[in-house]
Amino acid sequence: MNTLSLWFHKFGSPPTFYRLSRLLCPWLFAAACLIGAVGLYAGLVLAPADYQQSDAYRIIFIHVPCAWMSLFAYIFMAANAFIAVVWRIKISEILAMTSAPVGAMFTAVTLLTGAIWGKPMWGTWWTWDARLTSELVLLFLYLGVIGLYSAIEDRRQAARAASFLGLIGIVNVPIVHFSVNWWNTLHQGSTVRLLGPSRIDASMLWPLLLMALATHIWFFASVLARSRTSVLEQESGKEWVREIVQAQGVRHG
Amino acid sequence: MTPTRKRRLIMIGAILIAAAAATTLIVLALQQNMTYLFTPSEILAGKVPDGARFRIGGMVKQGSVERGQSLTVAFVVTDGDGDMRVEYNGILPDLFRDNQSVIATGSMQGNHFLATEVLAKHDENYVPRDVAEAMSKAHRKHDVPVEADKPTP
Amino acid sequence: MDDFLAMGGYATYVWSSYAIFVVGLLIDYLAPRWRNRRIISELHGRFARQKKKTETAT
Repeated sequence: MNTLSLWFHKFGSPPTFYRLSRLLCPWLFAAACLIGAVGLYAGLVLAPADYQQSDAYRIIFIHVPCAWMSLFAYIFMAANAFIAVVWRIKISEILAMTSAPVGAMFTAVTLLTGAIWGKPMWGTWWTWDARLTSELVLLFLYLGVIGLYSAIEDRRQAARAASFLGLIGIVNVPIVHFSVNWWNTLHQGSTVRLLGPSRIDASMLWPLLLMALATHIWFFASVLARSRTSVLEQESGKEWVREIVQAQGVRHG
Repeated sequence: MTPTRKRRLIMIGAILIAAAAATTLIVLALQQNMTYLFTPSEILAGKVPDGARFRIGGMVKQGSVERGQSLTVAFVVTDGDGDMRVEYNGILPDLFRDNQSVIATGSMQGNHFLATEVLAKHDENYVPRDVAEAMSKAHRKHDVPVEADKPTP
Repeated sequence: MDDFLAMGGYATYVWSSYAIFVVGLLIDYLAPRWRNRRIISELHGRFARQKKKTETAT
């Protein structure tokens, strides 16, 4: 066994994972809120109005980071699902299953804020173009994973079955991303590009990137918080869980 | 890696490749039917079946907007190669203006397009107002054609 | 301040989007906390019962 998988096994051991995530969670949530607050202030107050869309474009500061997260969460989920299906590592099963509801939340916010943005600018809440439709399919994939996971009694079997579904759904991710290039869509092309210059003024770009950073941190905070509970639930027969519950149960009553 | 894991890895890999291939084929097959819109030159070339309801997409030609009684409006949609006159009776989106990309749904009536819905497509550029003004001023000074669609440098 | 709240006439759209975002995050924050609390109290009860059982048995 090489060092990487050795490290993985150590971090992946449920008690270590539980303690580490309990330590990290509050800090991650606090960092996300702090960076998000600066980003929102910058986006709503400091960034100038757009030449075409005036102040309506400010929806970008939540719509675009959430849209990025909807894809990022899916890739994170699929990567863990892959490990879960092939290596059957418990923590990966849990991480894959807990990232689904967080990703679904970001996808739903993306669709809702997109509709609210579309009404005044495009003139419609919804249209069946390739970008909007594939993003809706993404939401259904998340809901399918969540539904399948809760439909099967045995937690580990449920996780592996739902992981399998999520893994196959990964083919939708490039479709969402490239839909605006492959087809004629009402939705415009990508504004922020990794390769080549972004098509947004610097004064509007930095609040957007701050918001993106905040939502990424939030995602990990939320996934860790959810996974911690799942670990406790699935390991409920173990001695270390008994110790933690007895220490915490007194406080919670 | 144990043989069972290797077998699972190969299985998952094969299934993923199959799923990707199937999706690619579906996408390629849909490409022909998934035409969200037609451009004016495509319509003039006769690519649209007679009497079909479809979407037309292009730019509003500079100075072509004629406003009639109440909400009636007529304008020319162009894609550079072909022009198409569009007539519409209804509320236009806020972004509707000269040189703006628009998508109209409706059908052909004689040689013009009768729209039941007009949507504005906005581009991926976000520029503060004063920067946009300064840029168009500089463009005019150097005889560069001013376009709303010019990407930010 | 009124200018800021008016958002150039798009107040309803901009503020409702931000409200949806905040509500979404709030639910995402609270849901696992509630579940955590429920499961800990559940396990606490179960362990307490088990302890009682072993005490009465001996």
